[in-house]
Amino acid sequence: MKKSTKSVEVVDALSLKDLCQFCQADEAWVIELVEHGVLSPIGGQPLNWQFVGTNIVRAKKARRLNRDLGINTAGVALVLELLEERDAVLRRLAQYEAQT
Amino acid sequence: MDYKDYYKILGVQKDADADTIKKAFRKAARKYHPDVNTDAGADARFKDVSEAYEVLKDPERRAAYDDLGREPKFDKGRYQPPPGWNDGFAFSEGGPQGQEPFSDFFETLFRRSAEHNAGMRPQQGADSHGRIEVSIEDAYRGADRVLTLRAPVVGPDGQVTVQERNISVHVPKGIIAGQHIRLPGQGHAGEAGAGDLFLEVTFAPHPVFHPDGQDLYLDLPIAPWEAALGGHVVMPTPDGKVDLRIPKNARTGQKMRLKGKGLPGPPAGDIYATLKIINPKVETEEARAFFEQMARELAFDPRAHL
Repeated sequence: MKKSTKSVEVVDALSLKDLCQFCQADEAWVIELVEHGVLSPIGGQPLNWQFVGTNIVRAKKARRLNRDLGINTAGVALVLELLEERDAVLRRLAQYEAQT
Repeated sequence: MDYKDYYKILGVQKDADADTIKKAFRKAARKYHPDVNTDAGADARFKDVSEAYEVLKDPERRAAYDDLGREPKFDKGRYQPPPGWNDGFAFSEGGPQGQEPFSDFFETLFRRSAEHNAGMRPQQGADSHGRIEVSIEDAYRGADRVLTLRAPVVGPDGQVTVQERNISVHVPKGIIAGQHIRLPGQGHAGEAGAGDLFLEVTFAPHPVFHPDGQDLYLDLPIAPWEAALGGHVVMPTPDGKVDLRIPKNARTGQKMRLKGKGLPGPPAGDIYATLKIINPKVETEEARAFFEQMARELAFDPRAHL
């Protein structure tokens, strides 16, 4: 049994290399996601890229969809957009249902 | 541990060919993928079908699994594979790397001693990923939570057991859904040190507040006279009650913003209260008289624009 720990940190910015390790993906794949507009890093050159905020969870979702369902980058981009739309609609629906 | 009927999980016959199995898996994977299906049970179903496919897609593993035979008529949770069950089957051991463990059944039978064969030089353990559900109140103030993790552990005899361990996690103040927290050295063990554990934060459903990023939304019921006359009402925030000034002639659906009262952080989020005018139920003579007086004396036609 490992000793318990309290040292935690919030992951708020990842470089291209860190994001690749985080998602267990290679750089070419991450760059493709950026080209498809799924991810929008801060910084001009890939070497200076910083992925912040929702980009990190999006990258992980994209990786899971790609790995588990075999969806290519264009498909992942579409699925993520539709899922975000669906979630927004479900949130609004839940609000309307709460009112009645 | 429990015996797993992988054919039943995928909904295929025992003599199904590889193509049928692949199709059944793909269909179930699309349906139950936790990023697509938000139902409570979907995550577990997805893990089950992934595990079943991991075994049935590999001819050697499938043969070894078939050789175990049917589910024995033992008590639930008492399944033990017969000794030497996998002699003569040369399947590759181990499952997908860096994922949460599969069932005890899979881990014991198929992941056996995989770590011993992997690579000659000492390796850093893989990172592991998980989720943690926190309440909005916890995110507002920060909190300490204990999380139970399950991980396959290889004993000195090469036997795999799934061990549980508890780690205490500090939920940092101002965390929002979708963010990750990193616990260094709490990932998979490796000869050159353990990997990190990443936890994706999700919010537990809240009866009052609906989070969107750092902002919180709620419906705020008000009485018709509060709406008409304006004034101060008391409303809840995760940090306690505050005063809200309602403008005169407020409408249902009107949004009031409480700047900086949302989830903390630089900058803090806002709270949006959507006003909702609630009519009192007319149950007494006095109440009825009030409404009759309004009906007589107020020239108001809510349908004038129709």
